[in-house]
Amino acid sequence: MKADERREGATTSAAATLEAEHGAAGETKGRAASEASNLTAEETRVDLPVTGMTCAACARRIERRLSKAEGVGSANVNFATGRATVTFDPERTDVGQLVRTVEDVGYGVGDLTSADEATRLSREEEAHRAERLDAQRRFAVAAVLSLPVLVIAMSHGRIPLFDAWWANWLQLLLTAPVVFYSGWPFYRGAWTALRHRAADMNTLIATGTGAAFIYSVVATVAPGLFAQVTVNDGMPPLMDALPSDWGMGPMIPVYFEAASVIIALVLLGRLLEARARGRTSEAIKKLIGLQARTARVARAGGVYEDVPVEDLVPGDVILVRPGEKIPTDGVITEGASFVDESMLTGESVPVEKREGAEVVGASVNGTGSFQFRATRVGRDTVLQQIVRLVQEAQGSRAPVARLADQVSGYFTPVVIIIALVTFVVWFVAAPVETRLSTALVNFVSVLIIACPCALGLATPTAVMVGTGRAAQAGVLIKGGEALEAAHKLQTVVLDKTGTVTEGKPSVTDVFAVAGWTEEELLRLAASVERGSEHPLGEAVVRRAEELGLPLAPASDFGAVAGHGVEAEAEGRRLTVGNLKLMKERGVALKGLRERAEALSAEGKTPVFVSADGEAAGVIAVADKLRPESAGAIAALKSLGLEVLMLTGDNRRTAEAVARAVGIERVLSEVLPDGKAAEVKKLQAEGRRVAMVGDGINDAPALAQADVGIATGTGTDIAMEAADITLVGGSLRGVVTAIELSRRTMRVIRQNLFWAFIYNALGIPVAAGALYPFTGWLLSPLFASAAMALSSVSVVTNSLRLRRFKSSGENVKR
Amino acid sequence: MDTVEIIVVVGGVMLVGFVVWFFFMGEGEREAAALSEAGTQRVKIVVKGGYTPDVVVLKKGVPAELDFYRDETSSCTEQVVLPEFRISRMLAAFETTTVRFTPEREGEFAFTCGMNMVHGKLVVEG
Repeated sequence: MKADERREGATTSAAATLEAEHGAAGETKGRAASEASNLTAEETRVDLPVTGMTCAACARRIERRLSKAEGVGSANVNFATGRATVTFDPERTDVGQLVRTVEDVGYGVGDLTSADEATRLSREEEAHRAERLDAQRRFAVAAVLSLPVLVIAMSHGRIPLFDAWWANWLQLLLTAPVVFYSGWPFYRGAWTALRHRAADMNTLIATGTGAAFIYSVVATVAPGLFAQVTVNDGMPPLMDALPSDWGMGPMIPVYFEAASVIIALVLLGRLLEARARGRTSEAIKKLIGLQARTARVARAGGVYEDVPVEDLVPGDVILVRPGEKIPTDGVITEGASFVDESMLTGESVPVEKREGAEVVGASVNGTGSFQFRATRVGRDTVLQQIVRLVQEAQGSRAPVARLADQVSGYFTPVVIIIALVTFVVWFVAAPVETRLSTALVNFVSVLIIACPCALGLATPTAVMVGTGRAAQAGVLIKGGEALEAAHKLQTVVLDKTGTVTEGKPSVTDVFAVAGWTEEELLRLAASVERGSEHPLGEAVVRRAEELGLPLAPASDFGAVAGHGVEAEAEGRRLTVGNLKLMKERGVALKGLRERAEALSAEGKTPVFVSADGEAAGVIAVADKLRPESAGAIAALKSLGLEVLMLTGDNRRTAEAVARAVGIERVLSEVLPDGKAAEVKKLQAEGRRVAMVGDGINDAPALAQADVGIATGTGTDIAMEAADITLVGGSLRGVVTAIELSRRTMRVIRQNLFWAFIYNALGIPVAAGALYPFTGWLLSPLFASAAMALSSVSVVTNSLRLRRFKSSGENVKR
Repeated sequence: MDTVEIIVVVGGVMLVGFVVWFFFMGEGEREAAALSEAGTQRVKIVVKGGYTPDVVVLKKGVPAELDFYRDETSSCTEQVVLPEFRISRMLAAFETTTVRFTPEREGEFAFTCGMNMVHGKLVVEG
């Protein structure tokens, strides 16, 4: 995490914005414009990404040194953002000087040329594009030149024209450019790997084609050299043939077509694979592309100014017009609208936003118009957090790949060994006249058919597409491990408040005993609850405020976790809480209990109020069910999962809510710190449990569960304890997450099975294992075609996940 | 079996032995991480068809920063994995990606590419 943060920091903060500010010119741009007044006409401002700072003291040290440096107007070093903002006189100093000053103090300055994530990506894209074009050119040359070679090789005397001594020379001439130009990346790659004592795909291709080519060249140039290996023993090897037979000798078969066609086909396979792999990261590119480019910021005097989003600061007031993309996260200060957040939450219904509501950058404004105050900018925004989470997830490992990883660690050298053994066995076993060519052909086939990449790509590509697809549906999966755990789930535990219900309870009934009025009861209860952060308490306070009841000052406040609160107000000792608390305090309930039970049966939570040990009344608080809860729970059940509800509420209320959404098993009256223990109990029953709850109160339970699923509110996704985060907070996301994890795991298994089987069957067949039974030998040409297709098919299979549709997405609201 | 066959068999066996020795038993270039003033140990690793250096010596208990500079676009090395430290990172081409962690145990730990075909080793010493 830390390392990643730093890396992000380096790339985003590295957007070393060099904004020359020549006040008189009036050509002002972005944030610098607003600060123009602070700069004198000749001053220039630069943002340096400082590296190596470990504390705020470092920042101060750099700041002091920079401020004293020649030509510097002001220096401000922010430890949190890792940036040094320096204004300086370009006549007296320059950026290089400033960098050296920072370095003198013992810190570094990051890459000044690299910019934000989007720019970095586009630069990498550019590199990949250049590489693709290069590969296309190499492939084109290989394809055009290998075709005639193939025709000559396949003619086998049927085309009399090619039955001449120069045919081999012509093939050599046509193949050389294919090997030395088109095949060059393989040889270069093989060489760099060899220098590290490593072997990869390139090693196999290079060895295979290299062997075929060198053999063929020798057979063409000096066929006599091979004369003795194709005739029986009896004469001293190597000596006789030289030099009299040089260039003449018997006709030795050549395999130029093997070298050139293999190179052409493998290049084609790589092109197809690269294209398919490019599509595996489409989701994240789309997410990054959601970022708005500019914001319309309100300035003094009622004017608005377009500012690049990179220059926004928290506190900026931004105008959003109908249909515009919201540039960053913030709170609406004026106006109202419906906002489409589907690109982040997967929820297709636009959300109403009024004054005080939070808006999220990258969501799209509907028909209204509003102003909002930016609260989070740059890398702190929800969008950037999502991008980081998804990037991390896509780079993560899945345990299922462990075997494949172990195998591929030894794969290439083992294949080389198998190829060598194949050569030796065929050389000894084949008839003398053909032993060299047969051994060589099978040697090459083994090297070429082996495809470690199919094995290596099987899991990561599926994880990449799966987590990307999930993100598009507002489901952030932490990584391969979480994905794998999710597909094994048997039980899903839902926290009631905020997950099954809206989490915004409100007062529905107030009942006062004789001698009390409803207002008085509510007023005093609210006076006590004002100090509480419990949602039930908040509901009581809200109701009292709505009715305009004047709250009394309370003292000696005490909360009894999971039970209620107590305080002193207007000279009375007040207790507000559940039945247990009343019993504990020895309060006589005078028939309130029956009333409370009736309220519970309706799914409402009764809150008792007592004054000086005497029951005063009961207030019912209820939380609306989320509209999609019942549908999502039904969908979870149809996936074969057992669904449980967990709540601190009393049993009756909990059961009423559970009935309404179709849950049979309820764990009620669980204290906040008991949730994790309940999850543990279920695990002890041998179940694999997912816990769904909010990331803050339920964090221990989420961490305890096999898969912790945190429901976000759309504005807060920083949930460390969770394996899966639902950006929109909807239970449908749970359905999507579990379905998608199952689908992804299926794809991974298919891929791994295919990759293992392909190699396990392909290599022996290429080695000629079938020859004794069927007389079959695999041509290196077919081997290369199979190899090229095998990794492409694995990636293509993973790409099917892009079209995944969750049954959860169809659940009606 | 004629002489040529014997030569081929002997040569084959020797080559197999060479392959085993070369790929499985060799050790690459070794480099100890430099301790910085800030109390971290740092080493720059160039990623190009492999890792240079491929053996990195670290001190136990000192925060380590491995700066992976990926000097190629070849997808083989696009990811680096440190299985024992539960770290995997995508490496951007022609950029430095810093991996931070603190080695708490002595021993030898592998770091590899995403497919476990390119290898490096961390040697953590007390």
